[in-house]
Amino acid sequence: MKPDDPHIQWQQEPKLGLLGKTYVPLFVEGLTTTVKHLLSPKLTVESPEERHEISEPLRYRGVHRLNRDEQGRVKCVACFLCATACPAHCIDIVAAESPWPDRQKYPQSFTIDELRCIFCGMCEEACPVDAIELTSLYDLSGKSREEMLFDKEKLLSIYDQTQAQEPAENPSQNHPGQVGRPSGAEPPTGSGTGSKTDRPSRTEGAP
Amino acid sequence: MRPLLIEALVKIAILIAGLMTAAAYLVLWERWIAAWIQDRRGPNRVGIPLTNIRLFGLGQPLADGVKFIFKEEITPKHVDRFLFFVAPLAIFIAAMLAFAVIPFGSVLPVEGSHGPIQLVVAPGLDVGLLYLAAVGSIAVYGVILGGWASNNKYGFLGGLRSGAQLIAYELPMGLGLLGVAVATGSLRLEEVIRQQAQTGMWNVFLQPLGFVVFCVAVTAEAGRLPFDLVEAEQELVGGYHTEYSGIKLMMYLVSEVLHMMTAAALIVILFLGGWHFWGLTGCSQEVTWLQAILRVLVLGGKVLALITFFMLIRWSWPRFRFDQLMGLAWNVMLPLGMVNLALAAVWLEYGPRLSAWVGLGSGTAQAILGWAALLVSWLIVTLIVPTSTDNRARLEAQDLDRLVSH
Repeated sequence: MKPDDPHIQWQQEPKLGLLGKTYVPLFVEGLTTTVKHLLSPKLTVESPEERHEISEPLRYRGVHRLNRDEQGRVKCVACFLCATACPAHCIDIVAAESPWPDRQKYPQSFTIDELRCIFCGMCEEACPVDAIELTSLYDLSGKSREEMLFDKEKLLSIYDQTQAQEPAENPSQNHPGQVGRPSGAEPPTGSGTGSKTDRPSRTEGAP
Repeated sequence: MRPLLIEALVKIAILIAGLMTAAAYLVLWERWIAAWIQDRRGPNRVGIPLTNIRLFGLGQPLADGVKFIFKEEITPKHVDRFLFFVAPLAIFIAAMLAFAVIPFGSVLPVEGSHGPIQLVVAPGLDVGLLYLAAVGSIAVYGVILGGWASNNKYGFLGGLRSGAQLIAYELPMGLGLLGVAVATGSLRLEEVIRQQAQTGMWNVFLQPLGFVVFCVAVTAEAGRLPFDLVEAEQELVGGYHTEYSGIKLMMYLVSEVLHMMTAAALIVILFLGGWHFWGLTGCSQEVTWLQAILRVLVLGGKVLALITFFMLIRWSWPRFRFDQLMGLAWNVMLPLGMVNLALAAVWLEYGPRLSAWVGLGSGTAQAILGWAALLVSWLIVTLIVPTSTDNRARLEAQDLDRLVSH
């Protein structure tokens, strides 16, 4: 960019009056700001004792959980869509023939490497049956790498732990300002009249 | 001779222990102030070691000190080894030496070897102020040598800049000292305090101009923030102590805090009445125990208040640019200091006659004159000295064309 580029807007420094030139008002102004902050309430959350307040737990992207259906079985149908969508390749699924009549496959093992996960929420977006969701638990920690490989039981236990506060709904399908509908239910309005801002849902297309 | 020696050694021991502790806790205080100003809480976890008792983080200095001592000390290959080792020692020793003549109280009602024990390591040093100026300027060596020996561009730039800065601000500082020395008629710090206590008129009321000049100058000498071109973390990554680590870095950091304490103590002693406070401490040399302790507390309280003020301005005002810094020293502070010195000298000669002629008390008349001088000279400086705040590179279009066509 050249100095005579017409796109440059040269800002003139403000003209100081006599009082301003004495430096005194500026000094006072600076000091008042500092003292105001010195006395103002502090923003720090004292972490282990106090917890961060998460304003919208349903939209928060924390640790994953695997949802259970009404009969307490894992909801996942081992379709691998989450593993495919995952940009960090942290989801490892071993599918097996389902012992139940209502689906063909179920995950024999379902492992998420929480250390590789970037918490982008793509798995949640991709899941056609709302089986995987991100909770609002943010402070996961472990003593070894192996401990941070969360298997199916662990992920299901997170569901048991969090479902009271965060009912199994898919926040990615939320309507603005309104909690999303339960999975499998009909869209709230006719499909043609849905608002333009609605993201096309993958479950809608399913028979 | 022997009791005098023991007396001095005891005082030195107390002073060193006190100074080191104070330096450590001032670092904590600075971190707290910084945190509070930034709406944080600051260090509040470290308490008594091996327990869960927190004590608002009062154990932090201990942890910091231990960390510094046990940290790996790296001496880069490219440094000048001898100077690299000497520089932090020089600045540290010089910073400690200054406290030899700085009183940390008045007297104790106990007979020492020469009358009541005075709370200063070298009592009655007739060249106290000169000694301070001399020892204070040794700090420049620590900084320049450190920057040079580091053989690192950041360190070198920081050292050079600070060398120029410290030398430039030594002049206004000296002028501020001289104003007080002329008014007091003595170079002894105890005497300066004693006179202020006796008249009850602190020098800040009599020589406000000198106070302003001196405050700005010692802030710059201590390298505190509006003038911290020495370190300038944001542009020089620490300046002269970029290459230092471990206990050598600690020496630098401690001597920085010591400089701040010296600066605050000097301002308090020369201009803010030292240990004197009206109706609280008395003003005679015969004291009770209560008065003696009160005087120590008053002096310490004033110094702490000033240091807190230094820490506040650190987050209040932006750093000066180098040309602004030099402009302030040579164009503003030096003339103001000279005006102050001239006024003090004139007052010494004609003051009593003048105040008698006006019909006011000597102190009142001098104070009025001093404040008038402050206002007038500040105004003149404001009108004469251009405030250059904009230094952005800007070529006029035709200049650019000429450059391009060549």
